[in-house]
Amino acid sequence: MLHPVPTLKETPSQTAGPYVHIGMTPNFCGITGVIDADPGLTILTPDTRGERIDIVGRVFDGSGAPVSDAVIELWQADADGDFAAPPSRESNSRPSFVGWGRQPANADGSFTFQTIKPGPVEGPDGRPQAPHVSLWIVARGINIGLQTRLYFSDEAAANETDYVLNKIMDKRRRPTLIAQLEDGDVPRYVLDIHLQGPNETVFFDF
Amino acid sequence: MSGIILPGADGALYQRDRAWHPPADTPGYKSSTFRAPKQSLLALGPTKSELSGPTFGHERLGALDNDLIRNFSQDGTEAIGQRLVVYGQVLDENARAVPNTLVEFWQANAGGRYRHKKEGYLAAIDPNFGGFGRALTDENGFYSFRTIKPGAYPWPNGGNDWRPAHIHFSVFGHAFAQRLITQMYFEGDPMIWQCPIVATVPDKAGIDQLIARLDRHNTTPMDALAYRFDIILRGRRSTMFENKLEGN
Ligand SMILES: [Fe+3]
Repeated sequence: MLHPVPTLKETPSQTAGPYVHIGMTPNFCGITGVIDADPGLTILTPDTRGERIDIVGRVFDGSGAPVSDAVIELWQADADGDFAAPPSRESNSRPSFVGWGRQPANADGSFTFQTIKPGPVEGPDGRPQAPHVSLWIVARGINIGLQTRLYFSDEAAANETDYVLNKIMDKRRRPTLIAQLEDGDVPRYVLDIHLQGPNETVFFDF
Repeated sequence: MSGIILPGADGALYQRDRAWHPPADTPGYKSSTFRAPKQSLLALGPTKSELSGPTFGHERLGALDNDLIRNFSQDGTEAIGQRLVVYGQVLDENARAVPNTLVEFWQANAGGRYRHKKEGYLAAIDPNFGGFGRALTDENGFYSFRTIKPGAYPWPNGGNDWRPAHIHFSVFGHAFAQRLITQMYFEGDPMIWQCPIVATVPDKAGIDQLIARLDRHNTTPMDALAYRFDIILRGRRSTMFENKLEGN
């Protein structure tokens, strides 16, 4: 079929600036009383099905300094590999798993998402993609939000055949997307994000 | 919040025109120096994971969420400054309205000072101004909020750089790959053309898209000036099932 030609240009991106925490996590930086809770702070509900996990990491710049003014957003499928279905117009009910999270970086560049392990999502080639979460990172000095993904170290076989990981021609860079499992009460997957430098994270133009 | 999966796999969104956006490394804006990825972005068509995204239509926003004049008032006193209504339409590249999407905004107070512990500018804090608000677009893609005009402020970049008055915007759309953060400027401000952050946008026509227009028709008499700022998100290549997709 023929595709329409776009008639408008996307609004150009501008950096989120040094005070993005005000706009995205106001309670975190002391602007309380405007909204009850910062959006995306809590992903899980008591009814969420799936294996509870923590995703933890730190964001670093090219000088090795932590990026303390970043915001990290997460978007992921549920335990079955489905994305949250829209509620009906009449319903005020909150789905048991919304799949979206947002965390401010702490002073040391660290962030934690308490979530579930996602199921496999169908890829463009019709085969399942390896379990992953999508991440989007903004901060002062980042002129357009950075898109990346996080995969899981205990999914080695699935990672081996994953559609997106296999598009990374330099195989040495694939580990920049694979979080390492550390056992604990709740399994912790650890992945640092490097904006620049020898371990620069692979960023995508999806 | 919930997800909408757009049809198709590869290419269901127009590819982002990266030449229209600022490049990662912009020497005039020094913070980008150590924060710009040096490797090329890996260009892939979006998969289901990026064509779906959170939506916020069923979340009830507070009545003052889109009123920065009053939403941080400590004692009923309104924020100090020139009163504004800022409104606009969120559209996609096909000029179709984007309904039920979350728009968040943050800004300095009338003196140009942010309410933030790292803020270093001497301008006074307004005890009744927080500087944060949000709105959902309506069924025609329109958002609006009340605020005060933010002041210009100095910042440590080139020694004596000043930011033009601006409001920061965050917009979701319906696909995670549409996620956008930008800044809005005010028509007629000469400082726009001296700003290293504005200058990261390569094309003058692109900068023009960031400038809100004074709208005398929508001023509130004896109360607030109006500025209109439309926001364009990435559009879908496929027009199939449009009603089904957007009729949720
Ligand atoms: Fe600013």
